[in-house]
Amino acid sequence: MRRGIAATALVAALALAATACGGDDKDAAGETKAGGELSGTVTWWDTSNDAEKASFQKIAEAFTAKHPKVTVKYVNVPYGDAQNKVKNAFSSGSDAPDVIRADVGWVADFASLGYLDEVPAETAKKVDSEFLAQAAASGKYEGKTYAVPQVIDTLGLFYNKKMLADAGVQPPKTLEELKTAAAAIKAKTGKAGLYLRGDDSYWFLPLIYGEGGDLVDAKNKTVTVDNAAGVKAFKTARDLVTSGAAVTNATDGWTNMQTAFKSGEAAMMINGPWAVADTYAGDQFKDKANLGVAAVPAGSVKAGAPQGGHDLGVYAGSKNRAAAHAFVDYMTSQEVQVQSAKELSLLPTRTAAYEQPDVKSSEMVQFFKPAVDKAVERAWIPENGSLFEPLKVEYTKAITGASSPEDAAKAAGVEFRKILKGWK
Amino acid sequence: MAAHTSQSVAKAAGDGVENDAAARGRSRRTDSGNTRGLRRALATHWYAWAMIAPVVLVLGVIIGWPLVRGVYLSLTDANERNVARTIGARHIDATYEFVGLDNYTAVLGDPVFLQRLVWTVMWTVACVSITFTLGLVLANMLNRDFRGRAAYRMALILPWAVPGFVSVFAWRFLFNRDNGILNKILDGGGIAAIPWLDDPTWAKFSVVAVNVWLGVPFMMVALLGGLQSIPGELYEAAEMDGASAWQRFRHITLPGLRAVSMTVILLSTIWTFNMFPVIFLLTRGGPGDSTEILVTQAFREAFVSSPRDFAGSATWGVLILALLMIFALVYRRSLRKQGEVW
Repeated sequence: MRRGIAATALVAALALAATACGGDDKDAAGETKAGGELSGTVTWWDTSNDAEKASFQKIAEAFTAKHPKVTVKYVNVPYGDAQNKVKNAFSSGSDAPDVIRADVGWVADFASLGYLDEVPAETAKKVDSEFLAQAAASGKYEGKTYAVPQVIDTLGLFYNKKMLADAGVQPPKTLEELKTAAAAIKAKTGKAGLYLRGDDSYWFLPLIYGEGGDLVDAKNKTVTVDNAAGVKAFKTARDLVTSGAAVTNATDGWTNMQTAFKSGEAAMMINGPWAVADTYAGDQFKDKANLGVAAVPAGSVKAGAPQGGHDLGVYAGSKNRAAAHAFVDYMTSQEVQVQSAKELSLLPTRTAAYEQPDVKSSEMVQFFKPAVDKAVERAWIPENGSLFEPLKVEYTKAITGASSPEDAAKAAGVEFRKILKGWK
Repeated sequence: MAAHTSQSVAKAAGDGVENDAAARGRSRRTDSGNTRGLRRALATHWYAWAMIAPVVLVLGVIIGWPLVRGVYLSLTDANERNVARTIGARHIDATYEFVGLDNYTAVLGDPVFLQRLVWTVMWTVACVSITFTLGLVLANMLNRDFRGRAAYRMALILPWAVPGFVSVFAWRFLFNRDNGILNKILDGGGIAAIPWLDDPTWAKFSVVAVNVWLGVPFMMVALLGGLQSIPGELYEAAEMDGASAWQRFRHITLPGLRAVSMTVILLSTIWTFNMFPVIFLLTRGGPGDSTEILVTQAFREAFVSSPRDFAGSATWGVLILALLMIFALVYRRSLRKQGEVW
């Protein structure tokens, strides 16, 4: 792959060039000058989806009202390409953003590579005392705080109330109930029961947690995706599809899932709060009350959904770190969180925000908050984000029948151990 | 002209892989080796040398240096965590080490390499043979006089004019199982939806189809050029002697096209072997990893997992290059045996 070589060579060349004239003037622009007015440009790379981005852009640009000399440059980077783009920008230093919205799974990775600036001590204290504990944990790496949680989320079962009522079924609590419900829906309406996303392994996590398993056991440095629970989870995924309870796709899963659910082709889907704004735009949900959300269906052991969300971090090489940190404080402030909860049904990360009337009155927030409290925290290790790609390959193979559940689990374990060198 | 197709497609993915390989394949020169002759040539043509010097320099920088660097990296354990990098004012020094051929034994010892290689070869052979056959048929059809010939030629060259990634994305929409036009049409005819990109076999069929669609115009134009250089008298004479259409095709057209076909087949093989954008943009190597070819796998090694494995990726790159060079050598030798001068 020549591009890789070229890119590496370029990075190396740039690094060499920079060493020659670099010197050791660390922290030149880093410290907030007491009383000094912030100025300059803060470039923010936001990874929110199409339904959310307009709202975030508006909020971000309103930062200028507080700091007139700071210009905010809002850039929307599609979530799927973001991790790579951010890494390319961070490692070369050219055109790197000052602030990024990072998936909670990326923070440890970026921090371990030295790309993120530690948050100021004052902010770190606030993160510890005023934010939800699970959210705060995601922004830390080796005991230090590198990112401030912006939103927190987890997966839930979205359902079309009318379609379920027409078929005479209740929202299913277990996978068994889900299968029965799906059969009833199919018989009554001819539509699919569940749309299960087959091209992204994040959607596989509830299935593995449901069997009491997990991807890895970070405490004991053990890969657990290929143990009995893991195999069972792959079987469950395959079974949902072969039994006809769920429909799936191996490509364009997000678009197909949203289209199917919004148009009433599928009665249920598993998704997170970030999908709410887009779902409300669908034909079936002109009356917002038609959208119901329940906990993800339980497997044979429990109902478990992963804790997700996004944190805001400042690039360690940013020329304007003081302003960038101020921007992060602003974007994670209570007012902003309450506003995005109201407009986009996103869950705040500040404990006190849940006392606000706008948040209290949001049905989605009211549903998702208890779900988030119970959500399964992932291992916050640097490799966290890279486990999803090999897992996706095996998950797709298992769900489309290209590989048996046993082989899929085994192959995922092999790939995980390649990434997590030295793990059992 | 030849470089154009590959360029538009390659640029689309921000990737210049195919070009270099093609350029190198053609740039072999016979060396006189005579110092006196060389000196005389320098004396008389110094301005020519001076003029190509910048090109040579640029090529050396953008192809030669990364190549050397890549080979070196493949012998180390360089990854994102231990290469030198500069973050703002802070500089982190490189700490990777020389590990010899460890990366090569690791890659070649992994069954994944063989799997990818087998599919890459199948994909290349399928694409090139179908593209060539279709190109030849179309070129023959367009080589006769008929009304609106220019319009037909334009229409057939169109896929070439559209940027590669646009074509690939358009096809991706067409192939979508639930909402794609292809399945809507099938549905209208009462045929069950085909999981174009969701089933390993269909996905392989789909990527080959798209690549053929992208590659046919180039083949057609090149072969059309070849056809037009065959003197018409040959056909007239053959017709006088009572040769059938097939006989004329077999004994005049094919030998007449030989030089052109050999070139386009070689170029097309090299491009297809490294055709990153079609696979990456259409299926991302999926479903699962069923359409992953060597270059997309190398990309995955380098850019998807964390820390990014630069050494591993370089190893894949060097192996791909080596395979193509061996292929080009064997191909050239077999042509020589058949009496072609290359």
